[in-house]
Amino acid sequence: MAAVAACGTDSGSAGSVAAAASKNNVTSFQRKGPRTSSSDSGGSRLVSIAGTRPSVRNGQLLVSTGLPALDQLLGGGLAVGTVLLIEEDKYNIYSPLLFKYFLAEGVINRHTLLVASAKEDPADIIQELPAPLLDDNCKKKFDEDVYNHKTPESNIKMKIAWRYQLLPKMEAGPVSSSRFGHYYDASKKMPQELIEASKWHGFFLPKKISSTLNVEPCSLTHGYIELLQFIQKIIYEEGFDGSNPQLRFMGNMSSVSWRCLSGEKKQKNILRIGIQNLGSPLWGDDICCTENCDNSHSLTKFLYILRGLLRTSLSACIITMPTHLIQNKAIISRITNLSDTVVHLESFIGSERETHPLYKDYHGLIHIRQIPRLNNLICDVSDVKDLAFKLKRKLFTIERLHLPPDLSDTVSRSSKQDVAESAKLLGPGCGVMAGGKKHLDF
Amino acid sequence: MFPELNNLLNTTPDKVEQGKLTLLCDAKTDGSFLVHHFLSFYLKANCKVCFVALIQSFSHYNIVGQKLGVNLTTARERGQLVFLEGLKSSVDVFFRAEEEPHPLQFLRDANTGNLQPLYEFVREALQPVDNGEAAWRCPVLLVDDLSVLLSLGMGAVAVLDFIHYCRATVCWKLQGNMVALVHDSGDAEDEENDILLNGLSHQSHLILRAEGLATGFCRDVHGQLKVLWRRPPQPTAQRDRSLTYQYKIQDRSVSFFAKGLSPAVL
Repeated sequence: MAAVAACGTDSGSAGSVAAAASKNNVTSFQRKGPRTSSSDSGGSRLVSIAGTRPSVRNGQLLVSTGLPALDQLLGGGLAVGTVLLIEEDKYNIYSPLLFKYFLAEGVINRHTLLVASAKEDPADIIQELPAPLLDDNCKKKFDEDVYNHKTPESNIKMKIAWRYQLLPKMEAGPVSSSRFGHYYDASKKMPQELIEASKWHGFFLPKKISSTLNVEPCSLTHGYIELLQFIQKIIYEEGFDGSNPQLRFMGNMSSVSWRCLSGEKKQKNILRIGIQNLGSPLWGDDICCTENCDNSHSLTKFLYILRGLLRTSLSACIITMPTHLIQNKAIISRITNLSDTVVHLESFIGSERETHPLYKDYHGLIHIRQIPRLNNLICDVSDVKDLAFKLKRKLFTIERLHLPPDLSDTVSRSSKQDVAESAKLLGPGCGVMAGGKKHLDF
Repeated sequence: MFPELNNLLNTTPDKVEQGKLTLLCDAKTDGSFLVHHFLSFYLKANCKVCFVALIQSFSHYNIVGQKLGVNLTTARERGQLVFLEGLKSSVDVFFRAEEEPHPLQFLRDANTGNLQPLYEFVREALQPVDNGEAAWRCPVLLVDDLSVLLSLGMGAVAVLDFIHYCRATVCWKLQGNMVALVHDSGDAEDEENDILLNGLSHQSHLILRAEGLATGFCRDVHGQLKVLWRRPPQPTAQRDRSLTYQYKIQDRSVSFFAKGLSPAVL
């Protein structure tokens, strides 16, 4: 995390050198970035929206997914104007967590939320957002309840070796001093006053569907049309379309968006859109039911127009989709092509891996299927492909998948082979190459 | 424009072949770098370019273009580039009931629409205007990418018809070039996409196929590029020869090397 933040200062320097130098009349060789921006938040910095930061790589404005470990995997965060597609795990246990983290991050940063669902009332979803682990009350909490069951080890920094300090941290620990990305306590609910202070819009399909039925014929499913019109209305009424987020926020920004950003009338804000279980039968879509359905283009068309809306507004969108239910494989690959970032969750529940010794520390695997190329020829692919997630008592963590240490003195031959074979089974987990399962006969 | 790719294809912006259809295809990787190459290549070659960009926004292409040494904004102002931004237009078409036909009118149509308005748009954009000055070289049509049209509800046959019409106009009548990208769906069994890909492979003069490595992700080799020439029979024994190179995409260029000869290995 520290490494990323430090790089962020470089990219910001181009735009902010002049502003900072003129303000406090010192040499231009000074540390900039997160530290200065937090001291003067409403100042002349170009990107002054809370909870955002410019990308190191492409100058895009990024928002956090609410899970700093995931942000890091996606190249620093989710670019404004793009879609994050979460392919749900089989029993839909972990994907709602990511969905809620994304929304909770919006509540903390005072972003406007738009929650769309066909299953739960958005008001209920908002009520069940997880509580943030903020630094000031983080300390308080350590004093109160966490302290008595955590050993004092946590306070004394244990140094194994100095060189490991420089390694990028995959693990998520509650050290949220930055304003970008927070950690959340899955066991607690968001305090009421934060929820009441936040601004959100709910789209609950069963309530909307009865209102108007005299729509003009279109090849989209009715629920999708309603949702698109709802999102479009919010974007245009609340002025999220003020600037084109695809423009770089530094350097070559046009004069129009400059004015919009520096805020003539009011502070610009981000719209966070969350759409739950998109494509499920509850949305009135039949791609989960039959392979050759009539309106198989409904979902892809919806995604395309949604993406068009996002690209011209200050908004970011998370979609969870039960892709394992979609019967036609072709549709899944088209959906992937039409989204920007695609993350697949694969939980161990119900599979033989649940009790497998290799995976005993984890609850599932996370696959980064696609990372967008924005303003760039290359994309930020992380080198680590074997990633696993774990839901601790409070935190949802993403870690690099490690083989457990072999602690027994005399390792029996059979168990060794067991692990070797399951490492091979991991193949599909690594994101490539299926079907490399070879049996060792001797 | 990647000089190394020009060397492989034995072209330079100074000598542009005419009347060719180039098919770009990607499987298990992202082939958009090829689109950026051809866009900057033809702009540098002083051709009149009509770019049907369905998958990304204008600023994305513009910023990448600047890295490759072309400025799309000025090209558009000079009239060299006609840019159809699919994402932006889709919102306009969908939410505003406009009377005048839009190239992407089919987004609104209830049943399978047709691509005739899009063809009309291309034809009009590339129609040579005789005002004496600012004479561009041959016209070029660039599409990124055709698979999106399938996702938007068009049939493979409709897309193939569209390409056929464009070929007749751009490649044959105006003696220009066409470049189109199609995704290879691989094992996803996307029948429509396969029809489209096979149909196009049958017609095109040059096929550039970018593939992800079969062994998975690698930091130093991003994939391999297959070059397939389909030339009329030549006396030399080099027709229908297929060449495979591995490539690595860098910030502003792409380096190509023979299989297994990555600088990281040597």
